[in-house]
Amino acid sequence: MIRMENEAIKFGKNLVSTKEFLAEGHNFCSGCGEALAIRLCCKALGDNTIIAMATGCDEVCTTPLPVTSWRLPWLHTLFENAAAEISGAEAGLKIMMQKGKVPKRDINYVAMAGDGGTSDIGLQALSGAIERGHDFLYICWDNEAYMNTGIQRSSATPYGASTTTAPAGKVSIGQKTQKKNMVEICAAHGIPYAAAACPSYPFDLLNKVKKGAEVKGPAYVHVLSPCPTGWRFPSNLTIQIGRLAVETGVFPLYEVENGHYKLNVDRPKLRPVEEYLRPQGRFRHLSDAEIGKIQDKVNEEYAKLKARVAAFSAA
Amino acid sequence: MSKRVVLEASHAVAEAVKMANVDVVAAYPITPQTHIPERLAEMVANGELEAAYIPVESEHSAMSTCLGAASVGSRAFTTTAGQGLELMHEAVYIASSMRYPIVMVVCNRALSAPISVWADHSDVMAVRDTGWIQVFCQNNQEAFDMTLWAFRVGEDPKVLIPVMVNLDGFTLSHVTEPLFLPEQSEVDRFLPPFKYQLALHPDKPTTHGAFGMPEIYTEVKVGQEVALRKSKGAILQGWKEFGDIFGRYYSPVEPYRAKGAKTLLLTMGSLGETAKMVIDEKRDKGEAVGLINLRLWRPFPFEEFRQAVKDADVVIVFDRCISFGGPGGPVCSEVRSALYDQEKKPNVIGFVGALGGRDMTAKDFEYVIDRGIDVAKTGTPELFETVGVRGKVSGIRG
Repeated sequence: MIRMENEAIKFGKNLVSTKEFLAEGHNFCSGCGEALAIRLCCKALGDNTIIAMATGCDEVCTTPLPVTSWRLPWLHTLFENAAAEISGAEAGLKIMMQKGKVPKRDINYVAMAGDGGTSDIGLQALSGAIERGHDFLYICWDNEAYMNTGIQRSSATPYGASTTTAPAGKVSIGQKTQKKNMVEICAAHGIPYAAAACPSYPFDLLNKVKKGAEVKGPAYVHVLSPCPTGWRFPSNLTIQIGRLAVETGVFPLYEVENGHYKLNVDRPKLRPVEEYLRPQGRFRHLSDAEIGKIQDKVNEEYAKLKARVAAFSAA
Repeated sequence: MSKRVVLEASHAVAEAVKMANVDVVAAYPITPQTHIPERLAEMVANGELEAAYIPVESEHSAMSTCLGAASVGSRAFTTTAGQGLELMHEAVYIASSMRYPIVMVVCNRALSAPISVWADHSDVMAVRDTGWIQVFCQNNQEAFDMTLWAFRVGEDPKVLIPVMVNLDGFTLSHVTEPLFLPEQSEVDRFLPPFKYQLALHPDKPTTHGAFGMPEIYTEVKVGQEVALRKSKGAILQGWKEFGDIFGRYYSPVEPYRAKGAKTLLLTMGSLGETAKMVIDEKRDKGEAVGLINLRLWRPFPFEEFRQAVKDADVVIVFDRCISFGGPGGPVCSEVRSALYDQEKKPNVIGFVGALGGRDMTAKDFEYVIDRGIDVAKTGTPELFETVGVRGKVSGIRG
């Protein structure tokens, strides 16, 4: 077993809210990593929270008029504007508190969007909101493609994955580009907190969301959300796939706090990426040689990350 | 007591926003709107206005930020022009569909390509059907008055619809002229604080912006349509109370020397003031011509409009926008449609002009009126004529 930084796992019942903010009866697919992540994150946030959510699986699965799964104040309007909306909600409530129009209170302002709504169409609004320094947390549910519309590739889709708009074929490997690294992009804005998390490591995820909500100023948490439907694996393997993503080094769990890098789960030896890729239908076309190439890239990126972590430990 | 001051129209708008004690201003600079956000930013920086000024990274985010601000019950303002309005297009729809009473001043600007920073109405016509209350201004006083009035009408609990105030770019937005500024106490009497019952707040969690399946979407949209049409009561009431407090009365359709006129020229926006000079001249010569200023564009004032033109033989409509491949200018086709079912209806003659900031002088309006009367007499199969266009144009009149 990997030793988790926070041993809260032993005392989970006392430390995690037993309240459910995402009500039962939603329409997520069975085994959805994102639904699990949302449920956990809301527990970390608590009821003193306002959420602005982008269009996507999460929005569609939770709010078919006239019913809602939300026990938190929740706003959705468009695909690319969650960060801009939360900017307005935060600024609006804060100025009204300053003017004495509403009672003063600390509220968690949280924007949520999928990987398309974050790394593609919503990137500009996100960059603008974090550059302006709004006091909010942005959470990206990354299931590595446009799953809600039928598994089309996004800039967060990993190299070699087959999707409906970058399908593997006789002359194509599928996705030809490397996954865009949103944690690095956000950290490069000089924000106080950016982190990568996964619901397969629930307490690490809860801690990161809590930290992100507590820091003054913008915070970003990128949550890898395994998707049985789009990644093509049996829905009982969600947690396992997420753990394999971390243990192979494909998706390292780390955080950047005021520029300081820290690995939250660090195995002395990474598992081979093949163990992560093979159970997933989206990678089934990959040859051993291709998997070798992916392994090389993972090693390279992981070494870079370790170097950043080491640089800050030394300093 | 109001005081007489000299202000640029853009600054008059900023004064109105300040006196409305707005909470959030989110704007992205674009010519010719820039003087409005600049002045508001200055007011916030100097402590004259206690508001959050949010310098967003695009117009799409300007409107989206206003959506967020309105969702929590704060009073939100934005302003844009031309391409900016097009970039925020989908969010413009959202504001009205979510029933967030945001106020937006549009300094009307032509659309690219070719790029043009100068005035016409192509930008606002592209958002005509977005479900906003839309009004046009002729001068600086109106720019101030309509902006203030917009908050009052939009935020009326029976209305809750965003309001768009249109000023022609440069030829109005950048004009400096005298106007009356009211006392803050008078403004406060006219404009109560914004109280939004459904504001997002942790004490009372609500879901804003759920998605609509086919079983419910139609009902939601029809509800929105009914609300916009019904808003006319509050629009008229707002103008009446505005007049009672400030002494200036407005109406959806404003005739000028139209009594007994057989020919009526219809304009929207600041060019009406130029046209008035021509009407004066012609009236003084004994010609039975008058002017109609269409102030309220949405909801379209069918009743008032029909009433205003009922005795006319000819209505000449001047559009500042081309509806490509369509039935003439957007205002003209609307007017034709509004009159189609009437038993007695005037001949409607369409002109398009003053595109992309092309000057429209009094002499040009004289031509439009004379030519309009001629065309009405002779009859013509073409849909409209473009004023002052160079070169031979086939397929359309002129």
